[in-house]
Amino acid sequence: MKNVLLFFTAVLMAYSTYAQNIEVCSTCAISTLKKGISVAKDYDTILVKKGTYKEHNILVDKPLTIIGESYPVIDGELKGEVITIIADNVTVDGLFIINVGTSYTEDYAAIRVRKSKNFIIQNVVLEKLFFGIYLEKSRDGKVFHNKIIGDAVEEYNSGNGIQLWYSKNIVIEHNFVQHVRDGIYLEFSDDCLIKNNVSAENLRYGLHFMFSNDDIYEDNTFEKNGAGVAVMFSKKIKMLNNTFKENWGTASYGMLLKEINDAEIIGNTFEENTIGINIEGSNRIVYKNNNFINNGWAIKVRGACYTNSFIENNFLYNSFDISYNSKVNDNVFNKNYWTNYTGYDLDKDGIGDVPYRPVKLFSYIVNRTPETIILLRSLFIDIIDFSEKVSPIFTPNNLLDNNPLTKRITW
Amino acid sequence: MVNIENLHKKFNKNVVLNGIDLNISEGGIFAILGPNGSGKTTLIKSILGMVIPNKGTINVLGENIKNNSGYRHKIDYLPQIANFPNNLKVKELIKMIKDLRGHTNEDQRLIELFTLQPFLDKKLGNLSGGTKQKVNLVLTFMFDSPLIILDEPTTGLDPISLIRLKDLIQTEKTKGKTILITSHIMSFVEEVSDEIVFLLEGQIYFRGSITALKNKTDQPDFEHAIASILT
Amino acid sequence: MLKILKYSFFDLMRSRWSYVYFAFYLLLGIVLLFLNNDLSKAIITLMNVIIMLVPLIGTIFGVMYYYNSKEFTELLLAQPLKRSSIFLGQYLGVAISLSMSLILGLGIPFIVYGLFKSNAIWDFSLLLITGTFLTLIFTALAFNIALTNENKIKGFGYAILLWLFLAIIYDGLFLMSLILFEDYPLDKLSLIGTMLNPIDLSRTLILLKLDISALLGYTGAVFKKFFGTNFGLIISFIMLTVWVVLPVLRIIFKSKKKDF
Repeated sequence: MKNVLLFFTAVLMAYSTYAQNIEVCSTCAISTLKKGISVAKDYDTILVKKGTYKEHNILVDKPLTIIGESYPVIDGELKGEVITIIADNVTVDGLFIINVGTSYTEDYAAIRVRKSKNFIIQNVVLEKLFFGIYLEKSRDGKVFHNKIIGDAVEEYNSGNGIQLWYSKNIVIEHNFVQHVRDGIYLEFSDDCLIKNNVSAENLRYGLHFMFSNDDIYEDNTFEKNGAGVAVMFSKKIKMLNNTFKENWGTASYGMLLKEINDAEIIGNTFEENTIGINIEGSNRIVYKNNNFINNGWAIKVRGACYTNSFIENNFLYNSFDISYNSKVNDNVFNKNYWTNYTGYDLDKDGIGDVPYRPVKLFSYIVNRTPETIILLRSLFIDIIDFSEKVSPIFTPNNLLDNNPLTKRITW
Repeated sequence: MVNIENLHKKFNKNVVLNGIDLNISEGGIFAILGPNGSGKTTLIKSILGMVIPNKGTINVLGENIKNNSGYRHKIDYLPQIANFPNNLKVKELIKMIKDLRGHTNEDQRLIELFTLQPFLDKKLGNLSGGTKQKVNLVLTFMFDSPLIILDEPTTGLDPISLIRLKDLIQTEKTKGKTILITSHIMSFVEEVSDEIVFLLEGQIYFRGSITALKNKTDQPDFEHAIASILT
Repeated sequence: MLKILKYSFFDLMRSRWSYVYFAFYLLLGIVLLFLNNDLSKAIITLMNVIIMLVPLIGTIFGVMYYYNSKEFTELLLAQPLKRSSIFLGQYLGVAISLSMSLILGLGIPFIVYGLFKSNAIWDFSLLLITGTFLTLIFTALAFNIALTNENKIKGFGYAILLWLFLAIIYDGLFLMSLILFEDYPLDKLSLIGTMLNPIDLSRTLILLKLDISALLGYTGAVFKKFFGTNFGLIISFIMLTVWVVLPVLRIIFKSKKKDF
């Protein structure tokens, strides 16, 4: 109790005695943000009034709170980076940043946080950008409720919406990212939480993990991205309740897993993707309670995937449920619901009496000769699929769901 | 009335009509006779445009019938086997033919003549062969066309109906119409026809009156005259 | 022609088989919708049924109708009617009554189920349009077979062979040739192969709706243009129309030359 009181007095003291409000507006004495920062003392608040400020290379080198009123525009005039934060405890709130410089040698960002802690970037709107929010060797920060709308056309000369590099313990929540290269990109960044974001129509990935461990992403929506979400060379990632939709194209996935171990993929919805999940060299992953709806391939396994388990998922109306490119199988499928299942349930226990074989011969043929896809759903194909089902030659013999459910699972 | 020149027809390699020239003038009853397979029906069907000749021309009432269908307004045709759509009722069939060819009131009289009233609501599939033939006759005679073609008209008819048919043919003749008949019943042919055309192996073997045929073959009666040709 | 159409149509509407056909679809629709309660699955199943069954019924029914109404045809031929109108009238009579059975038989349960409120209505309409096209095509092919074969048994034999060929054997040969020539660019070939078979063509049309996600996984540029845009839809419909027109023209041509 005493401690709490002490704390409150301290906060009050800080506000009344040290922290000051500095106003920035075009007609004020302080007419630029840069000047505002230079006159501010630590822990001051800078209020940026509505207006347009043509500034770039704004360096925030002390703990400040920068708040925009009615979204003042910070126009970088394509000259380089706009705001660079190199101090701890900085908050940026309510700015509208446009025209970030593009370069082939340097990754200019709208807001960069470098080697700092305890920052908050929120309610920021970014347009005409190269990189959006770039967190570099920083930790314990929060990126909240920002809107990033790029106009990327080519991968090589565009940047990412939110990028984390060697950062730790960051919360990325309620952001909206579209039309950039990667919506959200994590490289060597651990213990981050990515929640409730919408990442859509990005050139490459909606969300991209590289060498990042122990991260969680949940309740996000990834829609119409070049290739959905890529999780690569990372460990212990939790992927929960996300939606992956309409990622269409030749190399397009809802989710791409490459060299991923010990992840959990639970409660996600994969809808109308060319490939729901593309898996390569990933082990010990639990897939549970996911919905795979109307995908071209719900799951494509490209080899070297061991001891994964697929339990209690719904596979609904996919053109192909599972595709394997080898005859070996070390993964478990159990208690899933498959709309393509044609067995029966005589004892009415909700479990089909004959096992389901999710890999079709035709998917093997299509892997080999892609043009044959045009024969999908032909009676002839049904016949050869049936004969393969009776005696598997090309597809893994032990790849069976021994307890296919007869009703769609709800959870 | 009907003018046929150099008519040839073969089915695959089987020559059925081999150069027929026939001129049938207006008025009178002509019987087309011949053994089985001599080409009687083919000749009739050629006139009707149902069989397309390989060679030769046919004119009906001055019109060339090739690629033409309108001239059939002037022909009443009684097909050989009366087999109608089984699902139709008799009166629906009559109505339909009237719908296709034009209006007439003659059907009422003919229905009475052949006492078909009890069958009007029956489906054609349930009728006996004789009754079907009567319906067939009604359909043929209810229109007033200058040329009437009857293919085996007596098939399945009872004696009373046969008498009625003969009367009918005679009345049409008195109206000045031209009537072509094929039949195997020699007595019938002898009774009704004015002139016969005898086909043999796809050609006209004989044409003329029955008396002329008897004289030619030197046989006392018509049936024997025919038989003598065939032996 | 319209008169003949009318009579053929009503003649068929009264026959037992139209009812059986209609009842079959009605039952199928009801079972799929009300016992299964899954609209998407119902549409996929229907697609399989329509693509296989409609051509089969179309050919068999067409051939059967032609042979059964031979005498009726002869009666008509003696009337002052054009041959083409007689045969086109009969053909349309059969095709339309079959299409009606299909559309009503499936349509009624779907409307009762509340299809208009669902977004599956486009898939479903496409299904019915395709079914109607297939009926038109295969009835026309059946009439062609019947017109060229006097012998009933032969006619039925050819009809069933035609169906077997287009429904199954063709795809088998198609698949084999694709695998055989897999080293060459195949996307044009495979699209042309599809165009040449009305069943494959209809299947592709439905794939465009149901499996677009999978189809877009293929790299070929021609494929992409075909499936990625409305191009495929338009071309498919044009080809289906061609598939109706050609056999119908042959009906007219053949019927003019035929002896009865």
